[in-house]
Amino acid sequence: MEFGLTSEQTMMQESINRTLERECTLDRIRDRERSHWQMYYIINVLSELGVPGILIPEEYGGLGLGLLDAALVAEALGRYVAPMPFVGSYVMAPLALTGAGSEKQQRKYLSGLATGERIAGVAVSEQAGGARDGAGITVKNGKLSGKSLFGLDFEEANFFIVADKFGGLHVVDGYAAGLEKVVLTTIDVTRTVGVLNFDAVEAEPLSSGNPQATLDRMIDAGRIMLAADTLGAGGRMIEKAVDYAKERKQFGRVIGSFQAVKHLCAEMVAELEPCRALIWYAAYAFDAFPDQARRMAAHAKAHTAEVGTFVARTATEVHGGMGFTDLLGLHYWFKRIGFDRQALGGPEKNRHDAAVAQGWIGN
Amino acid sequence: MDLSYSPEYEVFRDEVRDFARDFGDRAPPAGDVREWQTLLIAHGYAARTIPKDYGGYGAAPDVLKSRIIAEEFIAAGLPMGMSGQGISMLVPTLLEVGSEEQKRKYIAPTLRGEIVWCQGYSEPGAGSDLAALTTRATEDGDDFIINGQKIWTSTAAQADMIFCLVRTEPDKPKHEGISYILFSMKTPGIEVRPLVTMTGRAEFNEVFFTDVRVPKSGVVAGRGLGWMVANATLKHERGMLGDPNQAGTRLKAIIELMKEETVDGSRLMDNPVFRDRLLKLQARVHAMEFHGLRLLTSRLKGEDPGVAGLIVKLMGCELNHQLAAFAIDALGELGILYGGSPHLRNNGNWQWNYMFDLGLIIGGGTAQIQKNIIAERGLGMPREPKAAKA
Repeated sequence: MEFGLTSEQTMMQESINRTLERECTLDRIRDRERSHWQMYYIINVLSELGVPGILIPEEYGGLGLGLLDAALVAEALGRYVAPMPFVGSYVMAPLALTGAGSEKQQRKYLSGLATGERIAGVAVSEQAGGARDGAGITVKNGKLSGKSLFGLDFEEANFFIVADKFGGLHVVDGYAAGLEKVVLTTIDVTRTVGVLNFDAVEAEPLSSGNPQATLDRMIDAGRIMLAADTLGAGGRMIEKAVDYAKERKQFGRVIGSFQAVKHLCAEMVAELEPCRALIWYAAYAFDAFPDQARRMAAHAKAHTAEVGTFVARTATEVHGGMGFTDLLGLHYWFKRIGFDRQALGGPEKNRHDAAVAQGWIGN
Repeated sequence: MDLSYSPEYEVFRDEVRDFARDFGDRAPPAGDVREWQTLLIAHGYAARTIPKDYGGYGAAPDVLKSRIIAEEFIAAGLPMGMSGQGISMLVPTLLEVGSEEQKRKYIAPTLRGEIVWCQGYSEPGAGSDLAALTTRATEDGDDFIINGQKIWTSTAAQADMIFCLVRTEPDKPKHEGISYILFSMKTPGIEVRPLVTMTGRAEFNEVFFTDVRVPKSGVVAGRGLGWMVANATLKHERGMLGDPNQAGTRLKAIIELMKEETVDGSRLMDNPVFRDRLLKLQARVHAMEFHGLRLLTSRLKGEDPGVAGLIVKLMGCELNHQLAAFAIDALGELGILYGGSPHLRNNGNWQWNYMFDLGLIIGGGTAQIQKNIIAERGLGMPREPKAAKA
């Protein structure tokens, strides 16, 4: 019985953290003019560590690791607010392909993802969070029509994994005829999200195995990744708040010696630290105890989102007025946590799903 | 991450299950408490790691085996061994810093429940600032004469003995003038007054000392070292507060309550507002359970869990209180009932827990003291500057 990380896992996370500490600087994040270039740069740097292929089987050039390993990557990415299209492209899309893709489809798509040369967008928002503004995809003669909101890892995607209204999964070429892509401006400039409008668009169904079950697995995995991302971002915000409180002086002493400030910091860490164990367990259960996956993923996502929101606002407050400005860049973490909270279903939706998964209520 | 147990531990688990099956009928309330305790010690399910010479079972420490014992006893609905303050606090303290004579004299009868102890730490003027205690012990030949008052002393009325903090060197700085001393509660000059709390019961007592003459030989570790000794004991106390098993048990009871209770003919579980609150708490309970497993693994590996280990008391006590508070809200107007009222649910335990847990949040170091510890020891934040001496 060992509830913890292996030395390989710790080493992997440390090496990703070291790389991002060096390469994913605040200057890079701020460089909006060249944000695409910066994103490719980070993908490239992390490809050397095998990050894009973390979940992709070795026969397709990936590392073939488990979801807990992916969660450790997600935590590191959140820690550095890295502009890496990870959750959709390198976690959910590979799971879609390995879960419901034919061998031919896996061969066709996975190796390009494993090297980081290709990016896959994922459009499952209607199934994960609920349909808004009349969104929903219908299928007729194998062609897709309708619209899907909040596609993840959107902007530079070479292809998309799209869920239809009936739980079917499809691969759509990013440049398919009849497909219109509209990038949405969000609070979080480190991720890209958009609307896909389909007008009888040619699509390749992912129909091996069980597509509905695969869709659920993708959403569970994505939720765990977003929780881990918040864990990383929140942890970094606490460090920044504590460091700031140890330096900033008011009334002739550092503010970190005031009990009011100390207690804010203690509350943040006391709330966030148990999220780590919850996320580890959810990620481990995803592979080891699949019957618990839906409930644990929903709980990890919802609870970490609640704690993340508290940490984001409290850490900002500890920084006083400076936290509110653009000067420190703290808001990149604040907004990343805000994004993680809503994407793939907010806390209430996740808790609802956890109740359904336990049979407390009907769907 | 590997949540399975090795074959050696599965064999051990089977042994515990066999014990539960073969001897479960001798457990209290049907059987006698002391006989049950003796049976547990003989099989190594109580006093497991205490040396045989002192009346224990003498096994090597193994937190996994301890956990398996706890899991199987909970599953079988069997009570663990005795858990008074003598066993949970005094015995580990004596093992750590007691004299050979003290160990031989007190540990075995304490383990068997023959000596019941109470703890004399807090005073009306020394709570969070425990080292400010003023109960005085003045020398008189081979004895000390003790005068003063203690408070929050549970089991004082039943206790045979007390482990008590007294000031023996009033001229020394406050942390250095304290001694830790053991003496009989039957000594003349001791008066115990029950202290009724907001729960309506007297879970604690006040203890008054008037010219209480006790032998100096009761001092543990040496004169003036009481603060060090007390800290050895407090470590054990804080380890017990905020236990995630208790939160898990409460959560299960609330889930059953939500499925059974109806309002206007609908199950509480079908009310989305209450259900959402229940789910929020369920996530917290899971988080603390897995956090506990993480700490267990750290201990197994001999690693320092750092800040993760400092938050359990704060978060665990708060969570238990929130669970009781939620159960009362779910009960609605039934939640105001108490005592032997008709319509009362669960024997009034939710109401009692809701009130008593406030005491646990305050006792063993208040939530505010815990936050200071987390910030100062866990995050390395500066200490509050000391107020200038008047």
